[in-house]
Amino acid sequence: MEWEAVIGLEIHAQLSTRSKIFSGSSTAFGAAPNTQANAVDLGLPGVLPVLNAEAVRMAAKLGLAIGAEVARRSVFARKNYFYPDLPKGYQISQYELPIVARGELEIELEDGTVKTVGVTRAHLEEDAGKSLHEDFHGLTGIDLNRAGTPLLEIVSEPDLRSAKEAVAYMKKLHSLVRYLGICDGNMQEGSFRCDANVSVRPKGQHKFGTRAEIKNLNSFRFVERAINFEIERQIDIIESGGAVVQETRLYDAARDETRPMRTKEEANDYRYFPDPDLLPVALDEAFIEAVRLTLPELPDEKKHRFMTHYGLLAYDAGVLTASRELADYFEAVVKAAGGHPKLAANWVMGDLAAALNKEGLEIDAGPVGAEQLGGLIMRITDNTISGKMAKTVFEAMWNGEGDVDTIIERKGLKQITDTSAIEQAIQAVLDANPGQVADYRGGKDKLFGFFVGQVMKATRGQANPAQVNE
Amino acid sequence: MHLKTIAELSRGLAAGEFSSAELTRAFLERIERFDGQLNSFITVTAESALAAAADADARRAAGEAGPLTGIPIAHKDIFCTEGVRTSCGSRMLDNFIAPYSATVVERMAAAGCVMLGKTNMDEFAMGSSNETSYYGPVRNPWDTDRVPGGSSGGSAAAVAARLAPGATGTDTGGSIRQPAALTGLTGLKPTYGRVSRWGMIAFASSLDQGGPIAATAEDAALLLNAMAGFDPRDSTSIDQAVPDYTAHLGESLEGLRIGLPKEYFGAGLDPEVAAAVHAAVREFEALGASVREVSLPNSHLAVPAYYVVAPAECSSNLSRFDGVRYGYRCEAPKDLEDLYKRSRGEGFGAEVKRRIMIGTYALSAGYYDAYYLKAQQVRRLISDDFRRAFGEVDVLLGPTAPTPAFRLGEKTDDPVTMYLSDIYTIAVNLAGLPGLSLPAGFAAGLPVGLQLIGDYWSEARLLNAAHRYQQVTDWHRRVPAAFR
Repeated sequence: MEWEAVIGLEIHAQLSTRSKIFSGSSTAFGAAPNTQANAVDLGLPGVLPVLNAEAVRMAAKLGLAIGAEVARRSVFARKNYFYPDLPKGYQISQYELPIVARGELEIELEDGTVKTVGVTRAHLEEDAGKSLHEDFHGLTGIDLNRAGTPLLEIVSEPDLRSAKEAVAYMKKLHSLVRYLGICDGNMQEGSFRCDANVSVRPKGQHKFGTRAEIKNLNSFRFVERAINFEIERQIDIIESGGAVVQETRLYDAARDETRPMRTKEEANDYRYFPDPDLLPVALDEAFIEAVRLTLPELPDEKKHRFMTHYGLLAYDAGVLTASRELADYFEAVVKAAGGHPKLAANWVMGDLAAALNKEGLEIDAGPVGAEQLGGLIMRITDNTISGKMAKTVFEAMWNGEGDVDTIIERKGLKQITDTSAIEQAIQAVLDANPGQVADYRGGKDKLFGFFVGQVMKATRGQANPAQVNE
Repeated sequence: MHLKTIAELSRGLAAGEFSSAELTRAFLERIERFDGQLNSFITVTAESALAAAADADARRAAGEAGPLTGIPIAHKDIFCTEGVRTSCGSRMLDNFIAPYSATVVERMAAAGCVMLGKTNMDEFAMGSSNETSYYGPVRNPWDTDRVPGGSSGGSAAAVAARLAPGATGTDTGGSIRQPAALTGLTGLKPTYGRVSRWGMIAFASSLDQGGPIAATAEDAALLLNAMAGFDPRDSTSIDQAVPDYTAHLGESLEGLRIGLPKEYFGAGLDPEVAAAVHAAVREFEALGASVREVSLPNSHLAVPAYYVVAPAECSSNLSRFDGVRYGYRCEAPKDLEDLYKRSRGEGFGAEVKRRIMIGTYALSAGYYDAYYLKAQQVRRLISDDFRRAFGEVDVLLGPTAPTPAFRLGEKTDDPVTMYLSDIYTIAVNLAGLPGLSLPAGFAAGLPVGLQLIGDYWSEARLLNAAHRYQQVTDWHRRVPAAFR
């Protein structure tokens, strides 16, 4: 039988506000345990939450960017359960009335087709603290620095049909939240993490199968591997006559498998109810319009512009707009080079990307700035140096040897374009090789290459090859 | 000195008749001498009180005194006080030294009030008799075999016995007004949002409101002046200007329209209490008010709705008391579940556990709509009743409680009967309105409380009406013989 997977993702994006969602504590990552937890974060008796307006603005931004409805009225609710790193015994979240509903995101599949994925909702909530089981012999340590960090939980429709589609969706959203400047996207630090709901059904069947939820996937690779494992697991169960159990599973990256965390029977009754300590969030038209004005150019628009304005191919435009930083870098290169977008694209996606990859650097962390690379391209296009020489110059720039003109000067790499100088060099080669000249004149056309090579050698590669050919 | 009202003490301090240090010492001595009979204080902060009194005297000498500078007061032990145990009447917080102060505490300190200590209360403010306290019941100064009401029973008993000239309380379903009524005092529950809840340990967040308990309306007005006001740390606090509540106390009641809700005079009302209330109505008429009967047809739904909403919120609010970060923790927990179960099982008393269970049930999947949602709908009906009534009249008047103070232990075995002692006060919290109780006579030798209910933000009007009544009566000047 042919099977079809049905996948929906719940993505938790940590909003990059400076303070927490309901308290004034800092959200900075990596501080000593419990140094960024005040009375509110500790859930002391008598404390009250006050909503961070910036978190609301950021949520609205995402809503507008995915064409969703930004609710004029949304409500915070309490999700009640006991856990040592949940200080109040409830998490403040949104339940029946989330701030964002019914959006969509377009993803590009491997075959180049575009698929629209529904976004059911996105709601604001506070993160819990961390339980540290390893560091204390026989005890559990609680670090509440993360408690109260603002999260936007973005829930997709069950529209995804493969692990690859799920990853494409997750990557698209990852790029979007970074474009919007609402999340730093740092997956190692848990700023962008994912739970996947996975089920399988016979292809053609309308009804969904029983789903399992895989928790806390914090890399694109794990999402793909966990979903693929889960699909196989479920198909195996059904094909051997069993039934999939609705449960929560955890992905174990070391063993590359998912295993049960808790079943539906053990599931908590969260007893959601509106939080009486917080008023409903009421947003008016003016607020939403003001947020709309702060929206940057979004990835899809940018890609389209790169194709029409710069004449780039869809693939190249897609690569260059995958992150806002990369796109900005590319545009700065074009500006510094005085045009030549295709050449700029080749350099950014080619030599620069390779050098960055090799050292594991982000686009804005490399030693060659956009101005420098633009300058290099300018020297190629004005014939000062050849493409081959440019690679040498680029290497020198990467090693911090200075800007393009200094390097060209110091290394004596300037291309010889002075016609009389080239003619002199040619004459010298002809004079030194009378035999070959005779053979060439006798019809041995192949020797033309030999002469060109000799000229280039004599000029140590600096002669403009096109002119020599002439 | 101790028989003077806050207004009189304020004038005495201003005139240099006595210092705050002398006044504070006098009240501390009275606490020392009498509180053994009453158990109205959980913690007495004598040392810091004397230091604060000395500060107040210095401020006065420097010409920086306000009306409350140097006035001793007591705080209900539900308000967090930095560096001082804040127990909320519970074993759970017996070891909890608050690291910060409630807004109410800060504001009153800023106004110059001197805190004498923290008063006893029903555990987590859940009770109508002050019998659920971990620190033992409080006794009514008018008859120490009787309860002072609850949950602000310690504050009420302390002020009634003049161990403090005034105190703070909190009112979730009548917890200021009912004890004020049972001890012959004036107590005001302000409009929801008038007084900050920051640092006031939550029982039922949508109903809780802090307010003053004092001998007279004038004193309550002075205290409310210090307590009230917007607080950005409380999202439910409302940014509305605070009037000077003492400014309009003397205004005439000529033309004041008083409504008597007929539902507040039905079965279950003690006839002597009813007689006292009717006598007070005649006084108000003599002061120029017009009186008519009105109806609050959904009144009978208030107690049932309250006993869904309040426990539901409390079941969640009290989840933070888990033995993990502060408060009571059981001995040698086997594992996490054991830690939770025994810390909470041993740390909370029976009434608190009862309400947590009721509330947990009411919020459970499958019951939420039938209980919590329905109760919220009832709340709207009750608010609508009041809205209609305030279209016809300015103030509603009725008994605060159906009976005078009952005996200790009389209702402890029957929670529902106990809950009914708040039958006239609960609707006010569900609607978020201000309500005031003032002494209006005696029934069988025990004080009777009269309740005035006003529209939103009408605290000044309620205080004005109560003050004018107190100008022509002397119930508010009566002090139990044993504590004079």
